[in-house]
Parts: sequence; structure tokens; C-alpha cells
Amino acid sequence: MKALLFDANYCVGCEMCVDACTESNELPDDAPSGLSAARWTALEDHDDTYLRKMCMHCLHPACASACPVGALEKTDAGPVLYDFDKCIGCRYCMMACPFHVPRYTWDSKVPRVSKCQMCPERLKKGQPTACAEACEMEATMFGDRTDMIALAWKRISEDPDNYAHKVYGLEEAGGTCVFVIGPTELMETAFDPRVPTEDLPEKTWAVLSKIPTTVAIAGTSLVGLNWIIRRRMNLMSDDVNGTDHGSGHGEVK
Amino acid sequence: MSGSNEKKGLAAQILQPWRILAIVILILGAIGVYRRFALGLGASTNLNDTFPWGLWISFDVLCGVGLAGGGFTLSAIVYIFRLEKYKPLARPAVMTAFIGYLLVIGGLLLDIGLPWRLWHPLVFHNHHSVMFEVALCVMAYTTVLAAEVSAMVFERLKKERAARIAHMFTLPLAIAAVCLSMLHQSSLGTVFLLMPGRLHELWYSPVLPFLYFISAIGVGLSMTIVESTLSARAFGRCIEAKVLQGVARMGVYVYLAYVALRFGDLAVRGQLHHVLDFDRASFFFLVEISLGFVIPMMLFVMPKIRRNTRWLYHAAQLAVFGFIVNRMNMGITGFEVVEGVGYTPSWEEVSVTLSLVTVGVIMFNLAGRFLPVFEVEAEDEIAAEVFAARQREHVGAGGQLPRGAMPAVTPDDPVGRTS
Repeated sequence: MKALLFDANYCVGCEMCVDACTESNELPDDAPSGLSAARWTALEDHDDTYLRKMCMHCLHPACASACPVGALEKTDAGPVLYDFDKCIGCRYCMMACPFHVPRYTWDSKVPRVSKCQMCPERLKKGQPTACAEACEMEATMFGDRTDMIALAWKRISEDPDNYAHKVYGLEEAGGTCVFVIGPTELMETAFDPRVPTEDLPEKTWAVLSKIPTTVAIAGTSLVGLNWIIRRRMNLMSDDVNGTDHGSGHGEVK
Repeated sequence: MSGSNEKKGLAAQILQPWRILAIVILILGAIGVYRRFALGLGASTNLNDTFPWGLWISFDVLCGVGLAGGGFTLSAIVYIFRLEKYKPLARPAVMTAFIGYLLVIGGLLLDIGLPWRLWHPLVFHNHHSVMFEVALCVMAYTTVLAAEVSAMVFERLKKERAARIAHMFTLPLAIAAVCLSMLHQSSLGTVFLLMPGRLHELWYSPVLPFLYFISAIGVGLSMTIVESTLSARAFGRCIEAKVLQGVARMGVYVYLAYVALRFGDLAVRGQLHHVLDFDRASFFFLVEISLGFVIPMMLFVMPKIRRNTRWLYHAAQLAVFGFIVNRMNMGITGFEVVEGVGYTPSWEEVSVTLSLVTVGVIMFNLAGRFLPVFEVEAEDEIAAEVFAARQREHVGAGGQLPRGAMPAVTPDDPVGRTS
């Protein structure tokens, strides 16, 4: 499984990654910076330290579990892919993403969800993502997920003074395929503290998986209850007026 | 009796401005619909990347489905538990639910980006998606409701065999209705389980599925009281006070269960202190929990209130209002306070939503006029005859406007006065 590592200490904010992404994915070139339907990645300036924003390609993506038609899918190669041909436009993926990543082409009459796809075509050819290839500072690195984790810890341990002892993405949302390392100040302040560290799809699956049993139990008990009630009603009407219940129950006056 | 007639004459006069308002709403709504399709979601709504779900999801879908909860609740009470005295309420509740679900689907067609793909969940399955389950259940339940309503249509058309066949399916349909509703009413709550970091602690809860299901039953009962009272006024139908009192009594238990679970859950999660934060979140929480659940429960528990038709009606209205606030909080406030962004619906969103409500009222009215919604059951021959007589009168009066014939129904209605 492939992954990306972003090292804020190496990034100089040249935005070559953004340009490469825009070009490679044929996104419009006149869009303002900042994550949008036209910008699948962006650099966030935190006092001259830069943080790359993009789809985190979660191991257990909330968006993919949310999508009613399976338009979003986690692939074995790493990328979380979006299939426009299935999408109905409910935007549950946008609501579900703990990182607020998916964007929507609101102004289109045939709108679509828009986010980083991790260059699946390039990956197939054995190439790195466009952003990683474009980065001359070795701030965005691409490779096998295990290698990227190892590289992250290597850089941290080799220069512990300039790095927070944390690889962002190892635990967040149950683990991702995009990791971030950097100086302590950035790592402590730049991220949304509300991003949970749990596997989110598990939360809904815990409920969904109980549905068949629940329906079976509810259905049978309703049928059973109704049978008992009807039988008691019949017996009662037998008591009152002999055996007459041919026309069913009497109306309440 | 004459007093009530006078009241109805007055009501008919008051209705005139309502009719004008309805027309204005529908025109604005039509423009809103046009703009939504001609310009796209971006230009016609205030939705954006930070606020992808707005009024159409919170009101049209979350409230719509919940407010239609009377359909399965009354189906269960009457057809499964056989509490015969509530039978007069079953058909109006089922009709309300059917109309409600049609409107929910209408709202969804506007809200989803690619409405011509609404059928996709039938072909592309994602068993891990709550939304997939909701989509299938809503489709299936709307079909069940259509089948339940078909009995009324067959009776009206005097297709006796078809009507008899439809009646044979009453029980299985009721069981299907309860099972399907249990699933998707609760699943609308499950939808939010995926957003622990994004929804405020006062609303995010692991027991959301239960809270959603219980509150749907509660608001279903309250809606039944509201809708019965209103149709009693509009159709000159006499509501049996005792029946509605019984509904209110059931409501007490349902609301008690809800309030206990809601506060119990907050306490267990250690979030109870947020209730008294007196910020935006706590204000809206207090509004929903008091108006929608605690106060109606306290009012319903008082025999004095229950016996007073007017007070009972107002208590139920309060419950419905509070419920709407609850669902809107789930869809809007709970996210606003966390993300620190504001969302105000555009006029298109508002006018379309109001139009859906208006269309619902008109459809219910038409159903009440042309279908045996208020008849207990067609087997009752006397009722059928009286109904036929009333029907002739309706058709004779048949105004062009949807609400037009309403006053004409009332003056010498033979049914209205028999209790």
C-alpha cells in the first residue's frame, strides 16, 4: 500500500506540488489557493511553516462507508477513489469526512465531488504522485506505507529538537495513507483537535450489522403479539355472543 | 351545534388570506425550483463546502420523515395491537405518512446534486452505508404506504374485489410498515454516528438510533392529535375526545422514555454540564427538549389538559414544534456551533420548503375530500352510504381551489354531527 509523507521542516512553500497537481489532474489554473473543487491540495501558512492539506486517504475512510452507492472506494494500492458515474450527489461523504476534505462543484449543473485521487494512473505505471515528483525539497515523499512511516520516524529521531515526537496520520481516523511530521508548534496547533482517533465506519457498522437480527425479532414478535391479541379477542367475543365472529370484529360505536 | 357552525363560517372567512398566502408561497417555490435546476445548487442555495447539508436535509428530510411517523405508529396500534378505539385515526395517519414520504422524496430530488440518479441505490449497493439502508427503506416504505392507501382508492372507485384483496393485506402491510419504519427512523440518527468530531456533544450520542426512533413515535402521536383536530375543523368531522386523550396518554410514556434516555445518555457521557452552558448550543438544546418533550409530557399527563380539546391540541402543537427544532439542531445548529460558521438558508431554500408543506396540506385536503380517509372501514355499510352522500355534496360544491370546497362541506353535513 502506497502512502505520502509530508515534512513541514523541509517545505519552503514554493507550491510546486500544487502546480503539479493542478496540471496533472487538468484542474482549472485560475483558481484561488486553498483547498477547493479546483485545488486538490493546498499549502496552509502557519508563520512561515507550511502545512499541506489534501485527502488523507484513510485506511478505513468514513466517506467510503457513508456513500450509499459505493462511489468512493478504498483501493488496495492506497488511494481512496471517487467514481462520478455512480455518485448521486447526496454529499454525505462531505459531512462524514473528519478532515473536511471533499469539495463539491456547487456551480455546475452536473455537480461532482472533488478531491485528491492520489494519481491512480501514475501509481499503476509505477510512478510517484505528481506532487511528490514535483517536490524538489524532499518535503513530500512517496513510497510504501511502511517505508514512509519508517522514514518519518527516522527524520524525527535524527533531529528531535526540530520535530514533534508525533507522526500525524498513524492514529487519526484509524490511520491514514498521508502522514505529516514537523515542528512541535505546528503539530500542536495546526490540526483540528476534534479529529477522532477511532475507525469511524465501525461506529455505523456496529448498528447496521444488527439490522437483520433486529428485523427478524421485531417481525416475529409483532406477528406473534397480533396472533395472541386476535385469539383473545375471538375468545372474548365467543364468551359474549356464542360463536359469532364470521364478519370479524365489531366496530367500536 | 349551531355554535360550531358559526365557528366554521368564521373559519371559512379566515381561510381566504391563507389561500392567498398559499398561492404566493407556491409561486415563489416554483421560481425556487426553477432556479435550482437552471442555475445549480451553488447559485440557488446557501450551501457550500463548509456547510454541505442545509434546510432541505434538516427540514424536508429529517423533519419530514419524523413527522410522518404517525403512519406506522397508528398502524401498529390499530392493526397489530388491535386497539379498536383508535381505528378512526389510522387512515388519516397513514394518508399523512404517504403524503409526507412523497414530499420527502420531492425534497430529496431537489437536494441531491444528480436527482436523475435517485434510483442508483437500487443497482449500486454499499451495505456499509447507513444512507443506502435509509434509501432502500424509504423506497420500500413509500411502496407499503401506497399499498395501504390503495385500499382507500379501491373503496372509492367501488372496486370491491380489489378493495377486499387490499384489506387482506392490511396486517402484513402494517407489520412491514413497523419494521421498515423502525429501521429507517432510527437510521436517520445512525447517519450522524459517523460525525463524532463535527456534531456538538449535546446532539452527538451513541444512542442516536434509539433517540430518533422514540422521538418519531412521540411526534407521530402528537401529529395525529394536531392533524385530527385540524381535519375535524376543516371537514366538519367530529373527533372523539376520548380517543385523542388516549393518544396523549400513550404520548406521556413515549416522551418519558425519550427524556430519560436523553438525559441519562448525557449524564453517562459526562456532557450534562453543557446543558447549562447558556451559549447558543445550550439555548437551542433547552428549546427543543422543553418545548418538544418535557412540557408536552407534563401537559399530556394532566387529565385537565387532556380533557380540553383545545389545550390538548396546543400541547401537541408544541411537541411538533419542539421536534422540528430538535431535527433542525441535528442538521444545522449542532454543526454551526462546532465549526464556528453560520448558515442561513437562501430564499429559494425557504420558499421551496414552505411550498412542500403547502403542497402537503393541499394533498391531504384533496385526499380528505375524494378518498374515504375519515371512514372507519368500508365494511361498515352505513358509513359507506353516508360517505357517498357526503361525496356527492363535495363534488357538487367542487371549487377550483384546493381548499375551496371546504366551507361547503360543513353546513349540513350529516356525518359531522353524528359522533
